[in-house]
Amino acid sequence: MGLLSKILRTGIVTEPLPAGNSEVVHLIRDIDEESRRLFGRALGIREVDAGSCNGCEVEITGLMSPVYDSERFGFHFVATPRHADLLLVTGPVTRNMEVPLRKTYDATPAPKLVVAVGDCARSCGVFAGSYAVVGSVDRVIPVDVFVDGCPPEPEHILQGILTALRSGRA
Amino acid sequence: MRALFFLMVTGYATGAAASLVLGTGPLARWASTLAAVVGAAGGLGLAAGVCMGGAVFSLAAPDLLASAGGLAFSLDGLGAVFLALTSLVAAPSALYGAGYARAWDGRPMQRQAGFMLNMFLLSMSLVPLADGTLTFLLCWEGMSLSSYFLVMTEADHPEVAGAGQWYLGMTQMGLACLLGAFLLIAAGGPATFAQLRAAAALLPAGTRDLVFVLAVVGFGGKAGLIPLHVWLPRAHPAAPSHVSALMSGSMIKMGVYGLLRIGLDVLGGGPAWWGALVIGLGALSAVLGVLYALTEDDLKRLLAYSSVENVGVIALGVGAAYLFQSLQMLPAAAFALAAALFHAVNHAAFKGLLFMGAGAVLHATGTRNMNRLGGLIRGMPWTAALFLLGSVAIAGLPPLNGFVSEWLLFQALLPGIGAPSPLVAVLMVLALGMLALTAGLAAACFVKAFGITFLAIPRSPEAAAAHETAWSMRAGMIVLAAACLVLSAGSFAILPRLSAVAAPLVGLPAPGPVLRAGLTIQTPDGLAQMSPVIVGAGLGVVVLVAWLAVKGFASRRPLRVGETWGCGRVVQTPRMEYTSTAFAEPLRRIFAEFYRPTEDVSIDFHPDSRYFVHSISYRSAILPWFERYLYAPVIARTRLWSERVLALQSGSVHAYLAYLVAALVLLLGWLVATGRR
Amino acid sequence: MRPWLLGPVQAAVALLLAPGLVGAIRWMKARLQSRAGSPPWQPYLELRKLFAKEVVVSSNASWLFRAAPFIVFGSTVTVTLLVPLLAVPLPFGGAGDLLVVVYLLLLGTFFLALAGLDPGSPFGGMGASREMTVAALAEPTMALAIFALAWGAGSTNLGQIALRTLSMPSEALAPGHVLAFAAIFLVTLAETGRLPVDNPSTHLELTMIHEAMILEYSGRYLALIEWAAALKLLVFFSLLGNLFAPWGVASVITPGALLWAAGTLALKLLALGGVIALVETHIAKLRLFRVPELLSASFILALLAVTASFLLR
Repeated sequence: MGLLSKILRTGIVTEPLPAGNSEVVHLIRDIDEESRRLFGRALGIREVDAGSCNGCEVEITGLMSPVYDSERFGFHFVATPRHADLLLVTGPVTRNMEVPLRKTYDATPAPKLVVAVGDCARSCGVFAGSYAVVGSVDRVIPVDVFVDGCPPEPEHILQGILTALRSGRA
Repeated sequence: MRALFFLMVTGYATGAAASLVLGTGPLARWASTLAAVVGAAGGLGLAAGVCMGGAVFSLAAPDLLASAGGLAFSLDGLGAVFLALTSLVAAPSALYGAGYARAWDGRPMQRQAGFMLNMFLLSMSLVPLADGTLTFLLCWEGMSLSSYFLVMTEADHPEVAGAGQWYLGMTQMGLACLLGAFLLIAAGGPATFAQLRAAAALLPAGTRDLVFVLAVVGFGGKAGLIPLHVWLPRAHPAAPSHVSALMSGSMIKMGVYGLLRIGLDVLGGGPAWWGALVIGLGALSAVLGVLYALTEDDLKRLLAYSSVENVGVIALGVGAAYLFQSLQMLPAAAFALAAALFHAVNHAAFKGLLFMGAGAVLHATGTRNMNRLGGLIRGMPWTAALFLLGSVAIAGLPPLNGFVSEWLLFQALLPGIGAPSPLVAVLMVLALGMLALTAGLAAACFVKAFGITFLAIPRSPEAAAAHETAWSMRAGMIVLAAACLVLSAGSFAILPRLSAVAAPLVGLPAPGPVLRAGLTIQTPDGLAQMSPVIVGAGLGVVVLVAWLAVKGFASRRPLRVGETWGCGRVVQTPRMEYTSTAFAEPLRRIFAEFYRPTEDVSIDFHPDSRYFVHSISYRSAILPWFERYLYAPVIARTRLWSERVLALQSGSVHAYLAYLVAALVLLLGWLVATGRR
Repeated sequence: MRPWLLGPVQAAVALLLAPGLVGAIRWMKARLQSRAGSPPWQPYLELRKLFAKEVVVSSNASWLFRAAPFIVFGSTVTVTLLVPLLAVPLPFGGAGDLLVVVYLLLLGTFFLALAGLDPGSPFGGMGASREMTVAALAEPTMALAIFALAWGAGSTNLGQIALRTLSMPSEALAPGHVLAFAAIFLVTLAETGRLPVDNPSTHLELTMIHEAMILEYSGRYLALIEWAAALKLLVFFSLLGNLFAPWGVASVITPGALLWAAGTLALKLLALGGVIALVETHIAKLRLFRVPELLSASFILALLAVTASFLLR
């Protein structure tokens, strides 16, 4: 009962889409429409950590939190690329993760999108030139959109997903 | 009728003779097979005639063994059911054997196996026909001995010899019990069953109880009821696979037949505890049998333990029939008996099929160890599909025949909850729970048996190179698979016959309770119905509609073949797959109190660093309760006494002569004392 | 209306309602977790998407892998022809009773477990082994609970059981009835992969049961399996709803009565879904080897249910 009363006290903490004119609001409305058009508003996301410092993962976790609650747009994280429509790749691609990343891409059924999250995914960040690093994500698999930031905020990741959906390569 | 009887006997006899005379080549093989098929057809016809016509077939041959009273045969409904299930498995296994025995061409075992197989079929078919103690015991012993020789066909394997010893020991122990039981009823020696029936009616209650217990031990051992099952998981894997099919499909059912013949027919039923005893043994065998089967890695041993389970399930029905009869719930008793008989017939069909499938696997890969099998569905598509059908049937899943008889048994035990005595009610509730647990575990067991053996990546080069079996072997399996389908679809027509067979045994007039309403089968009170035909047809239609709808409306993108997803690992090897042992691990842990598994892990480290290992070996075994605590002490005691007796064997001729004289004197003295001449 | 049409109508209603039930549970759970959550119709969108997607099949998989989704789906849909969702008695009521329902669902589980083993993935084998373990241990509870119900009604016939409670409403609160309800509710949690037995929204392969078997499926095959899973949940809920509290079920077949029946069925499903959402918010997943304890508790409940129904008759 303690838990129930706490639930009642807390209420819904997901940030509503305010009526204001902020960038984020538009963005989120757009995502809603685009994901509806492309994937019937049901998008399975598979996260692949290709060698990240886990900073980006912390932000991605934020997407699933009650505050951002990406589930309200029909996004959900899945346990296998077979169920996925979009791969969210973080980090510079290390030598050990090169083959797994490629296999993940192959295992995903079409139509599929790839969003590379974080500076490392585009330019390898501080890891550039390391013997352990193969290079940016697009050297291994085709990338639809890069999301910059070290780490990028959850809004920006959402924006990246939106841009990927818009690119309509799927 | 006579003609069919002689067709059966001559068929099998010709087959046996052909094997002896025609040498060890393909000619002998096929001649004996064809003769056996003809014999089986005769047997099936005879059984069908008696079942349909309802008349008893009888034939006396007083001139044969006239000194002992002569042989006599007769076939009533009960016998006909068992003759039918024997003949049902006989023809396919003979066909299958023709392909299986090709490997023995040109070797003496070909002659022996062909002869013994036909003798086995003949004697087994005559057991339910035997009318009288002498004929019965002769056929019974013929069946036991010929199957012993068949088990020993490949006696050059060391495990086969051990299996043969266990088998022979248990059979002869059983025979001794049966002799005792018959002598207790009719002390005068050979008698017909009619005479036995008359004599049994005059026996005091204590003697009747003793006879029944002896019959339970003697026939229960043949049927493989726990704790008398120990020979079964040894002999079945050792025997050639079509012989295993016959032993599991038909021979162990003769134990059930005997129990019904003596207990219900000759003794005419007894007190409630008889039923409780059989139900108890049945529940024990069902649950422990399937638990042992689950942890088994050897495919044929798995099937053998599953036979223990199924005999247990049959015994639940038989026990319920005894119990209900003693409580004067006669329609319920007839229903339970009909359900048990139907399960016996069904089990003959699917277990025969599964043993043949296992034999095909053994033939193709040379191993029975499921941890070395896998992926056979590609190399052996026919065997795989047929084995799958058998697995679905034995797991008791609709719409196949295993489900029908399981449903019947559930419904048959249900009235027991309403029995006047609360003790009986509780026993029945527990029996129902055990039956349900058995059904669930059997499903798990056959997911393992089929899935590990036939699916995924081959776990050994032999499995990868497996090839489909010869057509004759496939034909044997196809016949039994078809039988599974027919028994399910035709259950509404078969059950009334079984009801008519069961009714007189429990003291009801034929045709017994009505178990049919149109295409559906129903309980005697008519309140619960089920129709495997309609359910099967409905399932088929729904699957077809779904398939067409998906084909019509879903994406037309071509299917893409990719690698199995393994979290991006570089290569996938069979060693990453779940094995038979791994599959059963959760259940082994859950039932650890029963299994008492011992585990032994030894790691061979690299000499320089413990962070690297050369090899890890893991060994695990489960506690063989019955062997260790029941049989080991008996065997040890016997061995001790044998060694003491060995002291008599001094090797001196004088000593032996002295023994002879002593024996003669004792014998004469006994004759004088008892006043015989 | 022709009576035989009732079967297909029931199947259609069940197929339409099932994804919504799953969506509603998810929505309620999200609300209880202080999230906005996806709308209740989200599963329909997911199914539509999956039917439009490409299918990737493992090179190790055989024909069985491709046939299994149809058998799983087909067996579950067949069940909806037999269970009194909207009306009693049903036209096909004589074709199968409660035992047929339970074993048809087990047939689906059987093939799903085989399909899990087929691609040779370690996860699939793990899921298959666990699913069959749970299914086997849930079987005795289910059977005894069925017999507790059957004992009262004199039959395992589903229509008979529902009709009896309708004619004797006081029986609905009889101890045997209530205990059997509790036992079947626990079995429902186990059989449909809900907490505390299995977490339907887990991403961690090692904790999975049901999900581990279907990791290899994609596109339309996945859609069929997901739909069948939703349907199985609906079937268990409607057994709980319509056998134990059969009010609202149509006993005359008129469009009005059927609509009313569909409405009450939806309400019952929502109520039970709410209970599941509350339960799943409150408790954590059990360790796999603690699950047998839960199932033996449910077995004891079922045993008490049978005992109560014949002692207190």
